[in-house]
Amino acid sequence: MKFERYGIGIAKGMALTLKHLFRHPITTQYPEERLTVSRRTRGNELVWDKEKCTGCATCAKSCPQGAIQIITSVKTEENKYLVEKFEVDIGYCIFCGLCVESCPYEALFMSYDYERARYRRQELVMAKEGLLLSDTKQLSGYARPKVEATLPLQTLLLDRDKVKK
Amino acid sequence: MFVFNPSFSSVNHYLETLPPDWPGGFWLHWGVFVVIIFAFVMPMIMAFIYLERRGLGRFQVRLGPNRVGPFGILQPVADAIKVLIKEDIVPAKGDKWVHWLAPVVAFVPTLMIFAVVPFQDGALLADLNIGILYVVAISSISVVGIFMAGWGSNNKYSLIGAMRTIAQVVSYEIPLVLSIIGVVLLAGSLSMNKIVEAQTIPFILLQPLGFLIFFLAACAEINRTPFDLLEAESEIVAGFHIEYSGMKFAFFYLAEYAEALAISAIITTLFLGGWRGPILPPFLWFIIKVFGVFFLIFWVRSTIPRLRIDQVMAFTWKCLLPLALLNLLITGIEVIVLPEALPWPVIFVNLAIMAVLVVLWSKFSRLGGGRVEV
Repeated sequence: MKFERYGIGIAKGMALTLKHLFRHPITTQYPEERLTVSRRTRGNELVWDKEKCTGCATCAKSCPQGAIQIITSVKTEENKYLVEKFEVDIGYCIFCGLCVESCPYEALFMSYDYERARYRRQELVMAKEGLLLSDTKQLSGYARPKVEATLPLQTLLLDRDKVKK
Repeated sequence: MFVFNPSFSSVNHYLETLPPDWPGGFWLHWGVFVVIIFAFVMPMIMAFIYLERRGLGRFQVRLGPNRVGPFGILQPVADAIKVLIKEDIVPAKGDKWVHWLAPVVAFVPTLMIFAVVPFQDGALLADLNIGILYVVAISSISVVGIFMAGWGSNNKYSLIGAMRTIAQVVSYEIPLVLSIIGVVLLAGSLSMNKIVEAQTIPFILLQPLGFLIFFLAACAEINRTPFDLLEAESEIVAGFHIEYSGMKFAFFYLAEYAEALAISAIITTLFLGGWRGPILPPFLWFIIKVFGVFFLIFWVRSTIPRLRIDQVMAFTWKCLLPLALLNLLITGIEVIVLPEALPWPVIFVNLAIMAVLVVLWSKFSRLGGGRVEV
């Protein structure tokens, strides 16, 4: 004689939902809280090093989307190029990382930024100052073994700890 | 000069000092309790909506609404305002009068139930000697409102939803009433106040099976989730209120929670000892118990998925109805044979009987085969 459907399943389910009642909610209250992202993400931004860049425009040539625009002039006294304009249209960027890989002077890095939405189309075009390393942008180790060595070990991509803003 | 003091006992005291044939007494009583019922029902519905949304959120490991006001307390108010400023749409080919009347017909009977719910000893609008019969009779009327909504909308989904409601509510009414009769046998009266007075120990202990049947049937009666076939979102979009918007939709929404409140109040009164309780004032005990029952209702909602219509119907006719009849028989025998028995042995006997019957019915009745041979 097999006893079935006498409510034990329902009782188990009720116990489970009751347990969930006392769990901490997993909701992230986004504008106030944000999830910590692993430092070893590949990245969704570009960081440009003003000092190392020679203006060779290898990045612009390697970009499959043609998103990088670089205009240089010649500084005759130092026998160097002066980078007058370095613009990346993030709206076109596909984050392939070819510019970072191809840069012969390690002047371009992938980086990570939590908030990337913009209100205007024009704001997606990042000029020199917008591409510099800042507090919100952190370097990613992509194609840069020296940076990678300094990063902490891989964690879950999105950590459960929330950072209060 | 009469200075209104909101506590119940002072009102009662004031009424007692009146001569019984004083012409103002009846209307004063009527007026005061109509105000009290409105002042009780509307904030409680707000509280229920808030609690259900927050509580359901926590059951599903999310937060629930927490943006409007501190802890989202003003969310029901915001919802009400949103609904009020929406356009009121009547379907072009609908039955306009029926469509107009349906929300009122659905909502008003639910409010009328509270006329006989005792908030405290004797603190009720009308101490009818057939109180619980009145509740059963009145609460059935709101089904007519739902069917009017389904019919008046001229929409196949709403009509299907309304048809389902009729089938479901008519079927579940029978075990519901039969389980009430067990309580009435024990109390010896149909008056809600007398039933509470008779509960030296709560009837949930003497009538565990009756409570189980009543709770399940009541959940079906007010269309809470395991039985919410009339508005099954995944099948018939929103059921009977699919064509409703604005204030008329708000009435249905209010009616749903008012029904939940009414059923919580009735379960409290019939099975949990109503306003009886130590230390705290009686109306507070009543409210605490109502919240407890409502917690149970939405706990069930958060756990159990919706049944199929054939499962719902099979459950009442094959399971609840025979169990309710057996419960009535056993209670009758106990009332006749052991009128003076000590309560505690009876409690354990009844609990054992409930366990045996539930397990037996799990063996006998086959629910949810779902195969319909045509």
